[in-house]
Amino acid sequence: MSRYAYYPGCSLETMAATYHVSSMEVAHKLGMELEEIEDWNCCGATAYSHVDELLATVLCARNLAIAEKQGLDIVAPCNACYKNLWTTNAALKRDPDLAEHMNYALEADDLHYDGGIEVSHIMDAFSTPEILEVIRQKANDRLKGLKVAPYYGCQIVRPRRPGLELSQVDNPQYFEELLRAAGADPVPYPYKLRCCGAALMVTNRRAAVQMVRDLLQNAVDSGAEVIATACPLCQTNLECYQAEVNHAYDADYAMPILYFTQLLGVALGVGVKRLGIGKELVSPDIVLKRAKAGASSASS
Amino acid sequence: MVTTTARTLSFREEVENLLHAEEGASLVRCIQCATCSAVCPVVEFMDHTPRMLIGLINAGMKDEVMASNTFWTCASCYACTEKCPEGIRPADVMYALTRYSLWRDTFNRDWVAPEFSRRFTKTILRTGKSYEPGYAPAFIFEGGFSGMVREMQMGLKLLTKGRMPLIPSRIKRIHNLRAMVARVMPLDGIE
Repeated sequence: MSRYAYYPGCSLETMAATYHVSSMEVAHKLGMELEEIEDWNCCGATAYSHVDELLATVLCARNLAIAEKQGLDIVAPCNACYKNLWTTNAALKRDPDLAEHMNYALEADDLHYDGGIEVSHIMDAFSTPEILEVIRQKANDRLKGLKVAPYYGCQIVRPRRPGLELSQVDNPQYFEELLRAAGADPVPYPYKLRCCGAALMVTNRRAAVQMVRDLLQNAVDSGAEVIATACPLCQTNLECYQAEVNHAYDADYAMPILYFTQLLGVALGVGVKRLGIGKELVSPDIVLKRAKAGASSASS
Repeated sequence: MVTTTARTLSFREEVENLLHAEEGASLVRCIQCATCSAVCPVVEFMDHTPRMLIGLINAGMKDEVMASNTFWTCASCYACTEKCPEGIRPADVMYALTRYSLWRDTFNRDWVAPEFSRRFTKTILRTGKSYEPGYAPAFIFEGGFSGMVREMQMGLKLLTKGRMPLIPSRIKRIHNLRAMVARVMPLDGIE
């Protein structure tokens, strides 16, 4: 049984609570154990790096040290948390002076980091060859033929981790493979790695609204019925600000945006309520109908 | 006997010194090919394209660079960093310049981004966690009155759907976290 230190990140306690519950449900179904990092703190998003590099490093180092104490590798569901924790981990492993400085700071919380753990995105954990096989075996047919745009976002693949080929970050396929394993039909989505605008939704609204518009239009052009995301910021920008896009561009987008874990959950027979489906501002009707149809045919 | 003269750092060297924890090629390697500008999804909202900004840094044109909104407009998507044929990491250069402009207090007071990053950081030093509703009020006025009304409507919907908690959450050992941060930088520099 695979076991990980789980770093939820701040959004999963608020806007993205549905990502948290669906990750937990799916992990449970797949026999994976997610042990929350004890007393974890914010990863810093982009703001710490705007303010101070060492500040950004020390706050991530604390989470790494606690996970190492728990004896587990980390999985993070948010692209930004993942990138920050991964980057800090790599910096601490290659730079002994930095590690010494950070360990001096970590003493203030009775912690020490030896560089003994790895950091992955939760999608990596859900798409290992073994887990994909389990998903293929357990998946029902509720997502069959559902046209899904696999929206990776940015920091899940960029900056490129050592050992990866350019093609793996230019046109990765693991999200598509995961969706196929769950019975869905991923569509070619040219903008799958294009930025959602991230915090620009707050700091440069006009830019972010245009970026979200482009992503929505590209999904429509690709024939997608739903966009699947792997990051709380992507989901919030694409979903909660869809009304803002419609207002700014006099458009009528009604594209459901779900976390990939919610779709996986439907395929694995978890009830929609337990997956948090139904808390969206843009109704994911098409998925709800399928989930219910599946439920009634399963009970009959 | 060899005599040496103290030399002032060029602006490019100052910027590169801010990239101490990062790996990446020196900005002198820039061939002005504009791949960074071509792949940037926010380039049309920038005063200078990333290519121009790097050109200005290499030319030592500090005032022009620091007055530019370019680095505060970067969304950190790293498309440029992935594609630079010379191995320069423009997204990290943008971060370096935001830090520089906060330290030297050179940013334009009309911009939202510097204040957002400061507020975000202050929140974390108080509670250890980020709290989205705490940042919104100061910024939603950008959209004027109707924008503010739409933002509030969205907030209310999220509230009723249980996606917007009213009370910020807090880590247990916040005092230790603050003591830890104080060992790498003076807290009064941010608070």
